[in-house]
Amino acid sequence: MAAIVDMVVHLLLVILMPPLLLGVIGKTKALFAGRVGAPFLQPYHDIIRLFRKGSVFSRTTTWLFRAGPVVTLAATATAALLIPFGNHEAPVSFAGDAILFAYLFGLGRFFTTVAALDTGSSFEGMGAAREVTFSCLAEPALFFALVTLARVSDSLSLSTMLTRVSADIWIGEGASMLLLLSGLFIVLLSENCRIPFDDPNTHLELTMIHEVMVLDHSGPAFGCILYGAAMKLFLLGAFFMNVALPFKSGSAAGDWAFFIFSMIALAVAVGVVESVMARLRLVRIPQLLVAATVLTAFSMLLILR
Amino acid sequence: MMRGMGILGNGTALPLDEIPVVAPDRFFTQVPDALAGGLRLASFFGASADGGQTALYAVFASKAEGTLGVVSTRVNDSFPSLSRRFPQLSLFEREIAEQFGVVPAGHPWFKPLRFHRAWTPGRDAWERPENADIPAGVMDYYRVEGEEVHEVAVGPVHAGIIEPGHFRFQCHGEHVFHLEISLGYQHRGIERQTIGGPHPKTPYMMETAAGDTTVGHMQAYCMVIEALSGCPAPARAEALRGIALEFERLANHVGDLGAIAGDIGYLPTASFCGRIRGDILNLTAVLCGSRFGRGLVRPGGTGFDCEPAMVEELLQRIAGIRNDLSNAVSLLWNTPSVMARLENTGTLAAESARELGMVGPAARACGLNRDVRRDHPFGIYRMAQIPVATAHHGDVCARTMVRWTECEKSFDFVEELLRQLPGGIVWKTPGPLAENRLSVALTEGWRGEICHVAMTDGVGRFSRYKITDPSFHNWPGLALALRGQQISDFPLCNKSFNLSYCGFDL
Repeated sequence: MAAIVDMVVHLLLVILMPPLLLGVIGKTKALFAGRVGAPFLQPYHDIIRLFRKGSVFSRTTTWLFRAGPVVTLAATATAALLIPFGNHEAPVSFAGDAILFAYLFGLGRFFTTVAALDTGSSFEGMGAAREVTFSCLAEPALFFALVTLARVSDSLSLSTMLTRVSADIWIGEGASMLLLLSGLFIVLLSENCRIPFDDPNTHLELTMIHEVMVLDHSGPAFGCILYGAAMKLFLLGAFFMNVALPFKSGSAAGDWAFFIFSMIALAVAVGVVESVMARLRLVRIPQLLVAATVLTAFSMLLILR
Repeated sequence: MMRGMGILGNGTALPLDEIPVVAPDRFFTQVPDALAGGLRLASFFGASADGGQTALYAVFASKAEGTLGVVSTRVNDSFPSLSRRFPQLSLFEREIAEQFGVVPAGHPWFKPLRFHRAWTPGRDAWERPENADIPAGVMDYYRVEGEEVHEVAVGPVHAGIIEPGHFRFQCHGEHVFHLEISLGYQHRGIERQTIGGPHPKTPYMMETAAGDTTVGHMQAYCMVIEALSGCPAPARAEALRGIALEFERLANHVGDLGAIAGDIGYLPTASFCGRIRGDILNLTAVLCGSRFGRGLVRPGGTGFDCEPAMVEELLQRIAGIRNDLSNAVSLLWNTPSVMARLENTGTLAAESARELGMVGPAARACGLNRDVRRDHPFGIYRMAQIPVATAHHGDVCARTMVRWTECEKSFDFVEELLRQLPGGIVWKTPGPLAENRLSVALTEGWRGEICHVAMTDGVGRFSRYKITDPSFHNWPGLALALRGQQISDFPLCNKSFNLSYCGFDL
C-alpha cells in the first residue's frame, strides 16, 4: 500500500511540479531586479496556452522536426521513472539504470538537435553545434559523479545510489562529496541552459544555445519543449538535492515535504546565481565544463584510494 | 590647411559665391591633402548643378582652429574615388552615386546604400533598368569561400524590438571573418523632401530623422535656420536646449548601460537602468510635456519656458536619479563576471577609428579625443564647458565606461546650468532665410557629431539640405570591431555602439 502511495506521489510530482521551479526562479530574479515579477504559476499558464494554440510547420521540414519535441519529452518522462525523490525509491529500478538515465537525456538531445538541423536554418545549425559540443564536455563529469556514487553505495541502481547517501557518508567522505557536488552543480546549470552558460530570457538569436534550436517550433510542440525542459531541470535538480541534502525525517510524509522544500530551495539558489552573475563568454564555457569534469574526477579518485 | 576653402564657424552662414568652386583635378588633390593634413571630413555630398552637372561639396572640420572649411567642384558622369586611401569617404561616395547617378570610378566596394532611384531622372550609377524594382538589401555580399566556412544572415526582421537592418557574417565555426551590414530599409527621403523648404512639416521631419536624437537633430536644424535668417536664439533658450540635449544624452546612455548589462544576462543593472532611463525621459517631459523632447526646440528659441518651480523639481529629481544610477552602474564594475565579459570584446584600434572618421562615444572609447561641444562649441557650450570623456582600449568595456563618465559630466553640467539659468525670453520669430547662402551646423548628439548643411536658392528656399547622422560615420566601425570575434558577441558589440538605422537611412 505504502509503495503504491509513493508511486502515485512520485508521478504526481513529476507531472505537476516542474513548471513551479521555473516560476520560483523567475520570482527570485525579479526580487533581485527590484521588480514584482510574474506570478509563481505563470509557467503553467504559458504551457497550457501553448497547448491550446495551433502549429505552423515549415515546408522544408520532415517528420524529424515534428518528432523532436515529442521524443524529447517522452525520453525525459521515462527518465523520471528512474530517479528517486528524497528518501523514496523510484518506481522503476534495476542495476545499471543510472546509465539508461544518462542516455535517455542523450536521446532527447539527439532528437532536439536533429529537429533543429532539419529546418536548414543557419541559426539552428549553430545552436545545435553548440549544444552537442557542450553536452559532450558535460557528460564525463556526470559519469565520474555516477561512478563515485556507485562506489559509495556499492550499487549501480539510481534508487540505491541516491537514497543511500547519508550524513554519515558526508562526514566520512566530506572532501570527495563536496567536489562531487560542485561538479554536479555546474552540470546542472549547463544541462538546463541556465546562466552562466545560456540565458533562457534572451531574445538575441546569435547568443542562444538551447533557445535557438527551438525557434521554429510553435504551439503544442513548443509547449512540449518548455514542459520537457522544466522536467529536465526538476529531475537533475532532484538528483543534485538527493546528494546535497541527504536528510531523513523517518516518516514518509515528512520525507516528501522535505523533498518539495529542497527543490524549491534549489530553484531559489539557481535564481540567485542567475541574478548575481553575467553570462560567460561562449569560448569560456568549455573551460568551466572541463573544470566540472576535473572536480568530479578528483572526487572519484578520493573515493577509490 | 584650409587654404583655398570657404571658411566658416559652426552655426554660421557663408554666401555661396564665397565657396571656391575648383576644377575636379584640383578638388581631388585638395581633399586628400586636407585629410592627410589632419582635417576631418564632416560631410561630403552632391547637389544638382546647372548644365546637368553635379556639384560636390566637402565640409571639413579643423579641431585645431575650431573652424569649418567648404570646397566645391562640378563633375559630369564620374569622379575619381578616394575610398581606397581614405575609407571614411567610402559611404559618402556611395551616397553621392546613389542620389545623383555619378560613378566614383575605382570605388572598392561600389554598391547602393539605401536602395532608391537617383534624384536626377534618367541617371543611374549602376545602369539598372528604368522601371525595375530596387528591393532593399538585394545585392552581392562579400563572401569567404572555403570548406567549413559558412554564412549567417541576420535580419532585417529581428527577434527583439529593434530597427530593421541586414547583417551578413562570414564565419568559421564561431569565429567571424567578416561582417557586412546592409541598411536602407527605413529610407524615407527626408533630404529630398526638404528641398524647396522649410515646409511646415520640416521641423517634425528633423525631430524624427533619428527618433532617439530628437533634440540633437533639432538643435542642428535650428542653428542652420538661425544662421540663415540672422536671428540668434535668446540666451535662456540656448540654456534650455543645452539641458534638453544633455537629458537626451543621459536617457540614451543609461538605456544603453542597461541594455549592455541585459545582453550579458546581468539582471540587476539591466532592470534598474531600464527604470532610471524612464525617470530621465520624464525630466524632459517636465520641460516640454514630451518624453522625447518633441516640440521643445524650435527655430528662434524653445517652444516652452522653464518656471522656477520646475527648476526646483528638476534639481530634486536629478539628485535622486543620480544616486540610483551610480548604485546600479557600480554593480557592473564590481562584478568580476561582468568585467570578464566586457573586456577585450569587440576591440577597435584607435587607428582604425581614425581612418573611418568615427565620432562620438564610440570614437572616444578608442582614445580619439573629439567632441563637438568642445572642438566647435555651439549654443550654450560656448559659455559653459563640459569635459570630454575618453578611454583607451576601444573594447565594449571602454564604450561602457565612456558612457558612464559622460553621464556623470552631464549631470554636473545640467545641475550647474539649472542653478544659473539666464533670464529673458525664450523665443523670437526668426526672419526669412537669406538668399544664396550655405550654412553648416555641427552638434554633439548622444551618438556623436550631427552635421546639417543647408543651401538656399535665390528666393531663400532650401536648394539642398544634407543631414549626416553620427551613425553614418560609425556603422563601418561596428563591422570592423567584429572581425576575429565570436559571432555570439555580435549582439553585445552592436549594443555597445547602439547606432541608428533610421538616422542612417534618412
